[in-house]
Amino acid sequence: MLKIWSMKQQQQKSEAAAGQSKKKKVTAAQLRVQKDLSELSLGSTMKTHFPNPDDILNFTLTLTPDEGLYKGGIFNFTFAISQNFPHEPPKVKCREKIYHPNIDLEGNVCLNILREDWKPVLNLNAVIVGLQFLFLEPNASDPLNKEAANDLMTDRDRFKRNVRSAMAGGSVKGESFDRVMK
Amino acid sequence: MAVNGDSRARWRYMDHILTRPGAYTDPEWGEGIIGTLENAKVLVIGAGGLGCEILKNLALSGFKSIDVIDMDTIDVSNLNRQFLFRQSDVGKPKASVAADFVMKRVPGCKINAHVCKIQDKDEEFYMQFSMVICGLDSIEARRWINALLVGMVDYDNDDSLKPLIDGGTEGFKGQSRVVIPRMTSCIECQLDMHAPRAAVPLCTLATIPRQPQHCIEWAHIIKWEEERKDIQLDTDDPEHITWLYRTALKRAQEFGIQGVTYSMTQGVVKNIIPAIASTNAIIAASCCNEAFKIATSSAPALANTIPEGVDPETYDPDEEFAPAPNNYMLYTGDNSIYTFTFGHKKKPDCPVCGNLPKDLTVPGDQTLQELIESFAERPEAQLKKPSLSTGGKTLFFSSPESLRQQTEGNLRKKMRDLMEDGEEVVVTDPAFPTEFKYTIHLT
Repeated sequence: MLKIWSMKQQQQKSEAAAGQSKKKKVTAAQLRVQKDLSELSLGSTMKTHFPNPDDILNFTLTLTPDEGLYKGGIFNFTFAISQNFPHEPPKVKCREKIYHPNIDLEGNVCLNILREDWKPVLNLNAVIVGLQFLFLEPNASDPLNKEAANDLMTDRDRFKRNVRSAMAGGSVKGESFDRVMK
Repeated sequence: MAVNGDSRARWRYMDHILTRPGAYTDPEWGEGIIGTLENAKVLVIGAGGLGCEILKNLALSGFKSIDVIDMDTIDVSNLNRQFLFRQSDVGKPKASVAADFVMKRVPGCKINAHVCKIQDKDEEFYMQFSMVICGLDSIEARRWINALLVGMVDYDNDDSLKPLIDGGTEGFKGQSRVVIPRMTSCIECQLDMHAPRAAVPLCTLATIPRQPQHCIEWAHIIKWEEERKDIQLDTDDPEHITWLYRTALKRAQEFGIQGVTYSMTQGVVKNIIPAIASTNAIIAASCCNEAFKIATSSAPALANTIPEGVDPETYDPDEEFAPAPNNYMLYTGDNSIYTFTFGHKKKPDCPVCGNLPKDLTVPGDQTLQELIESFAERPEAQLKKPSLSTGGKTLFFSSPESLRQQTEGNLRKKMRDLMEDGEEVVVTDPAFPTEFKYTIHLT
């Protein structure tokens, strides 16, 4: 059985570890997340938080935009990464109920690379940059919150006012939002 | 013809192949091949569409010692193609029903059924088999068994090398491939051969659904969260599927979309890809022929051939420009028939097989800080911002900042307090494209 490989095997014998570890190993998904995390460039507007530092597949990213309409707000996103990463994208949700054309009231985020355009070559940094971009340039043409998108498209000033009052914990058109101000 | 468990009568014609050498038989080929085949212990992962075919084929080609593992139970929708199951079996575990059926049909063949997840079994369990055949629909499970088999190879023990034969189908398409762990390209090297799951933008679902599937996805991803947040969606619970179906139907009516049905709802939510019985049969057949050839050396198998035009004496598949041995067969039946067999090359930076752990002996009372400093002296690892972890523990991350703060306390701890003897440590550093793995031996 498997004759042609036996020679090769002999050759490698000396190079490889003699004793094999029977312990729980770092999975390919964990390894990739470890690499991605150590290569994050977070800047001053972003912070991570790991509820359990031994579980790097689940964490929170806090975004504090320092420019744009959402300046002054604190937004938390939960990242849940499965063992199928990077074949599958991370699951990302906004923890607060916010008024944003691309984020619905349940915290679902409409960001192309989190769903239809995810590719295994993309990394966590790409996702984080994408999230940051959503707060700088809310996009009315891909709406998840139709009301907010409509406001942004038809009356930018009213949209701005709505963003401010929602961020302060007020309500917009009868819908109340979480206070997210610093 | 009378057939009983001890007789070779059933395999009289097959034995013509097994008792005579041919042009392609292995040079080592000789007497006793029938015994090798009968004694080979084969593990079949999955007892579904492919699994039924694989079990039947193995038993009918003379394998006598088979184990099958599957955590699933039989659903009424399986009966059209998973031919080892009957109406009265609905609700019973696939693995045991399949095993019982084949054993009854092929006397002398012993099949052990395991009703559990593959992750529930340990290395010791997998060590008893001479090869593993997968008929799975999950990439996650494939990656798991692949990493396990690659990790199990011990060069001092020939029996630890277990070929992995993997079949997969999707509609009219399929593939079969053979992995010789560490020798040839592994499932992780070939991860990009899997097509990503087609997804519709969330905003399309939320605002302008065009297809019945969009309405179902909307009910599944958005509406369930909104209205039944506290209930964990169980795609096997008819009440849950009914709720999703009704919700989707209402939305479809609002947008004037036709075609939402209960079974479509089930299909979309469970991500059921239409399975075609004959594609399963083709792929399972090729997997089992490879298993047969590997077990008997009666002919070269996938992944166990020298590429054409290469001098076998000097062939080294790990060389940068050397062709890989043919190890991957793809079958495309949706536009006439096209098959292609090629050599998928090992990835030098494969996180599973490309970078194997090196042994490292560390004094148990050395601190993690001292260990990291000692890495700096190793020429291969001039670390700038190292991050270290074991399978279950984050030892130290240089960044991001929050994780550094949470883990820097470990730097002062002694190695024996951070890990057990023989554990694997993975070291990454943004300055290096690949990671370093060490098996730590504490003294």
